[in-house]
Amino acid sequence: MAYFPYLVAAWILACGLYGLATNRDLIHQIICLIVVQSSTYVMLLAAGYVTGGIAPYFSDVPGTPKAVDPVVQALALTDVVVEAAVTALLASFAIQAHKRFGTLDPQDLAEFKG
Amino acid sequence: MTPAQRRAIFLIAMAGLAAFVIWGISGLPGFGRYPGPYGPAILKVAEGQTNATGIVSAVNFEYRGIDTVGEEFILFTAVVGMTVVLRKLRGEPERPAIEEARERAQPAGGAGVRAAALAFTGPTALIGWWLATHAQTGPSGGFQGGVVLATAFLLVYLGGEFLTFQRLSPVDMTDAAEAIGAGGFAAVGVTALVLGLPYMDNYLPLGKAPGAVSSSGTIALISFLVGIGVAAAFIQIAGELLEQTMLVREGGG
Repeated sequence: MAYFPYLVAAWILACGLYGLATNRDLIHQIICLIVVQSSTYVMLLAAGYVTGGIAPYFSDVPGTPKAVDPVVQALALTDVVVEAAVTALLASFAIQAHKRFGTLDPQDLAEFKG
Repeated sequence: MTPAQRRAIFLIAMAGLAAFVIWGISGLPGFGRYPGPYGPAILKVAEGQTNATGIVSAVNFEYRGIDTVGEEFILFTAVVGMTVVLRKLRGEPERPAIEEARERAQPAGGAGVRAAALAFTGPTALIGWWLATHAQTGPSGGFQGGVVLATAFLLVYLGGEFLTFQRLSPVDMTDAAEAIGAGGFAAVGVTALVLGLPYMDNYLPLGKAPGAVSSSGTIALISFLVGIGVAAAFIQIAGELLEQTMLVREGGG
């Protein structure tokens, strides 16, 4: 059981990659990329967990009790922001592709390119 | 390449990746036995050094402040990139979305959606503001607060009022808000240099009690600025995409 959360992250990664490889719609692929990125949240938070640790918020806790690592949690926040930025950009590329070629199928789009 | 071939190649690649990942995981310390030096070190000193009880915010806006400036500008750049990618192309028939919206006789949603959206707008804005201004005390901060604030504007749209959404978030205003957010964040860091301190040093009074809203100096200030910047960025992202929806719809029908 000591490695179970890491395997969950790996499984989410595999699901996302499967979707990326097999889907034939740019919007679906963007969602699959979000799934891939979600695995990194699970991985980061699992890596920073300390058995018996509380969340690193001490407003109602006296002293400095054992808490989970705040650094990976801050990294997870960065991760979320980057994901939002990437998703927004990819969505606008998808819109532009659909406007120009009338399709969102990556295979058809590759044909248009020549 | 047929889908079957594609799947076969993918499965071969995945077998390799799986072996690699399992090999990597087996070298990790077990779940809950985190050995890193940084987390415990920061947990020990953060509250005493910054008077912030939200240690994640202290990490984001103080210890890793310079990284977070970059993060803020990633979002900024994404919005700029979107605006450029979605600009009007040559020969593209375009009618402003605002005309489209004016011609709609019925709002998009039903009465229930409308009522719920309008009822939640105020509380959502309040929660967003609260999150953006309480980074120093609890699990909140400018990024979360900014997204919730932007949601309040989107609820107005969900209520069927694209016109009101545009009037509430004119591009000039969101541009300015984003500039204040991102530029202000960088300026807080540069001010430390002017004062002869390291970049992003916490030069504001830290307040008396840890965990008070007025405590933690620049952490609270930066979080608030980030909140404004992020809210503006997300309103612009949503606005761009919504406008496109209307243009595409016009082209298709």
